Amino acid sequence: MTDTTNQAPDLFDKFDGIIHTRTELLAGGVEDPFNLVMERVISPTRAICNGRETILLGTYNYMGMTFDPDVIEAGKQALENFGSGTTGSRVLNGTYRGHRDCEDALREFYGMDHAMVFSTGYQANLGIISTIAGKGDYIVLDIDSHASIWDGCALGNAEVVPFKHNDIEAMDKRLGRIPAGAGKLVVLEGVYSMLGDIAPLKEMIAVAKKHGAMVLVDEAHSMGFIGEHGRGVAEAQGVLDDVDFVIGTFSKSVGTVGGFCVSNHPKFEIMRLVCRPYVFTASLPPSVVATAATSIRKLMQGGAKRAHLWENSQRLHGGLTKLGFTLGTTEPQSAIVAVIMPDLERGAAMWEALLKEGLYVNLARPPATPANMTLLRCSLCAEHSTEEVETILGMFERAGKAVSII
Amino acid sequence: MDRSAVDTVIRTLIEPFNKKQVSIEDSTTFAGDLEFDSLTVMDFVAAIEDEFDIIISMNQQAEIETYGNLVDAVHTLQGK
Ligand SMILES: Cc1ncc(COP(=O)(O)O)c(C=O)c1O
Repeated sequence: MTDTTNQAPDLFDKFDGIIHTRTELLAGGVEDPFNLVMERVISPTRAICNGRETILLGTYNYMGMTFDPDVIEAGKQALENFGSGTTGSRVLNGTYRGHRDCEDALREFYGMDHAMVFSTGYQANLGIISTIAGKGDYIVLDIDSHASIWDGCALGNAEVVPFKHNDIEAMDKRLGRIPAGAGKLVVLEGVYSMLGDIAPLKEMIAVAKKHGAMVLVDEAHSMGFIGEHGRGVAEAQGVLDDVDFVIGTFSKSVGTVGGFCVSNHPKFEIMRLVCRPYVFTASLPPSVVATAATSIRKLMQGGAKRAHLWENSQRLHGGLTKLGFTLGTTEPQSAIVAVIMPDLERGAAMWEALLKEGLYVNLARPPATPANMTLLRCSLCAEHSTEEVETILGMFERAGKAVSII
Repeated sequence: MDRSAVDTVIRTLIEPFNKKQVSIEDSTTFAGDLEFDSLTVMDFVAAIEDEFDIIISMNQQAEIETYGNLVDAVHTLQGK
């Protein structure tokens, strides 16, 4: 007989709550919203999902660069000439010509002095935040910040002070209470991806500077689309020069994978030696940095596509409002349109009804969402045609009525 | 402000957040007894910070489990 008295608990017991919620949801017969398989991808806006041809409206592939012929060609060439992977860290054998070229493309894109490419955007936040804010420093950040920002705070040793979402006064007060002599880093996002709302960066950055803080802005969801040159919300609001660090990703508008930080800080290059999530991981494959560099340079010329994406966003936002859905913002502020669901059950039912109509959107639910909301997040693509957006609205109308949400 | 004065102020501040009218002792826990979720914690902490003109960082919040811990922490912080 085994003696159970000194047996330690199963480490998985802490997940029982979430296992239970998931089992209940699936027992209702819905297709698993977190286990969808794209069997074939036809274009940036179409795929075969679970056997059905589906319009993609939840990919963050804002500029539709994933099937751009120049991008694909650059990737193929790099794959042939440089192989399938670098098998090494950026600071050892993992910096190829392509990595340098990709960083050059970023410096051109932002008009900044320094660019550092990470293996993902998640790691860029993790690395930069945890490294520059050390013991005794203060990080002041928006409570609705992305997980990678929170994890960057958790990895480091700074004091972490959140403030209410987009609340300039709350941020001002907290900065004012930081003890004299302490280093200060303010972390903001251009577009908040849950509701698709933007930050009043102009006012917030002015407040941060008044207190002598350095400012990091995550522009993951605005790159390529918002601002005259697609540099993001800080550019659109005329304050990019006051941003000390821009964090971004290749996994949205750029259309591949990877992350970066650009900066004008004169000592920025030292990050390459002291930032552990940069040093202690392998660099991106040559084909990935080649596709990213080509895509970034094409995005600099993306004015016409940006205009069409705005049109799409306005059309979808206006149409859904007219149908009677509750949206995350009263006006379209980005390429994300978040539809607020009454609860998780009806959210999941609506998600499934849309999938059966042939439409994929993102289902977002607590705890990733603000105020414990269940959301159907739609992200538009510059490659969605006007007719496609009308088709999408028809799908929302039928599904919404079937699930009695409108 | 001495500890009991701090206690009196926090007792008033906690009222609107104590939806279930839980009776509050030094040993009352925020997550367990008061069932505060992360949003409630943020608003409650902000109310205290504004009242006492202090910062209670997330790092410090992690050490605060009970009402008594909170009164002690605020008492120490406002003395600085
Ligand atoms: C605001 C924000 N920052 C960072 C990331 C991480 O980007 P990546 O997918 O490159 O890890 C994301 C994407 O999930 C994001 O939404």
